[in-house]
Order: sequence, then C-alpha cells, then structure tokens
Amino acid sequence: MLSCTEATRLMSDSRERPLLFKEKVALTFHTSMCKACRNFGRQVGVISKLSKHYVSRTDKPEDEDSK
Amino acid sequence: MDTEMIDKSAQLLLDESYLAELRRQMVKFAHLQLADQGLAEDAVHEALIGALKNSSSFAGASAFKTWVFAILKNKIADVLRKNQRLPEVSESSEGEGEFDHLFNSKGFWYRNERPASWGDPLKAIEDGRFWVVFEACLEDLSPRQARVFMMREFIDLETDEICKTLDLSVSNLHVLLHRARLRLRECLEKKWFVGGAE
Repeated sequence: MLSCTEATRLMSDSRERPLLFKEKVALTFHTSMCKACRNFGRQVGVISKLSKHYVSRTDKPEDEDSK
Repeated sequence: MDTEMIDKSAQLLLDESYLAELRRQMVKFAHLQLADQGLAEDAVHEALIGALKNSSSFAGASAFKTWVFAILKNKIADVLRKNQRLPEVSESSEGEGEFDHLFNSKGFWYRNERPASWGDPLKAIEDGRFWVVFEACLEDLSPRQARVFMMREFIDLETDEICKTLDLSVSNLHVLLHRARLRLRECLEKKWFVGGAE
C-alpha cells in the first residue's frame, strides 16, 4: 500500500503527466481508504483554480489586512 | 465597438488609485516570480506602457486587467528565459525533512496534520481578505518552490520550458511542485479554510 507521502506525490504528478495504469490503481486503492489524501487531492485542484483567479481577479484587496 | 464602453475604460485609466493598486498587484506578482525587485519593476513598467498604448480598445476594468496581466506574464516569461542569474537556493533548506512535521516515519499523515474538508472553497474568491492570506502563503514557499509553482500555475508554462529555464530535471520539477502544493495547502488550511478568519 502506498504511503500518504507517495499518494500525495502521485496526485501532484497527475496534474503534470498522465499516471501509469499501475499508479492509478495504487492511488485509487489508497484514497478509497484515506480521507486525508482524498481531501488533499481535491485541494490541489482548488489551489490550481484559485491561482487562475488570482491572476485575473478584478476586485481590489482590502487594505485593512494588518490586524 | 460601443463608444460608451470605451469612455468607461478610459476613465478607469485616469483613476490614480486604480492604477496604483493595479501596479502594486503586478509588482507583487512579478516579484514573486523573478525574486528581484528591479527586474519586477522593469517588467511591470514595460507591461503597463504596452497596455496603456492600446487601452482604448478595452471595455472595462475586468478585460483590461486580464489583458495587462497577460502582457506581464509574457514579460516575466521572457525575463526568466533570458536571465540565468537566478538566486541560488541551497538544497538543504528544502531537502528531506522539510515535511517531517506532516508525515510520520512510515509516510502517513500525523493526526493533527491530516488535510480536512475545505467546505465550499471557491467562496473565498469573493473575499478580499482571502487574497491577502493567499499572497502570504505564496511568500511562505521557498523561492524555488514559489518559482516553479507560479511558472506552472500562473503562467502556464510547459514542463519542458520550466526545466530548460531553471536547469532542472523533470523529476526535480515534480518534487518541487509536490512540496510547493503540500506547503501551500497546509498554509491555506491553517490560515483560512479551517483555522483562519473565515
């Protein structure tokens, strides 16, 4: 069984390259049992979407950031 | 082209505070990637000059900003391609052990470090305070992690080009991106999605 370190690496890699069949199988097996890594997988996608918004966002940030 | 729209866009460019804020965001964006204030300001300057020349063809702030950032991304990509004197970062500062606090010796998450559910994360887009946290978390990455992450996710450069520019192997690049994502998600979760102001 993959460790979480390996599983998160594969999830990160999957955004860079197609995973091999055996990697997909191992990853699916891991995430079927590991909620933390399932969350990680979703978050990697969310971060990518947020990055696109960051680049093109139009609203001004609030300046009262220093609390 | 609708003349009313053109007027709106022109007025926007006469708005000093709008331009100052736009410039601030651009410099920050460029600085994160070039790790050099001078290079960042030059890139922003060139991008703004280029954009202002053709500003009349833009209807509104949104289109203008998207476009000006597209120009800036190209400028940054040019500088990155040409510029080999990128700051050196010692490998040791981001070698093994960086994530010892996240995973135990078998490579499984420590209980307190397990990624949690972020609920409806895209709601954050609408909150100005979130973007302050987002920038802080980007700055929290090591310079190399930040560089590759932004080349990949902000500028959409291809793997080959990033590797060539930074003289990295593909597997090194993937290691850096994995670490950047681990660190960024940890920071965002602690400072916003779970532990933060939300």
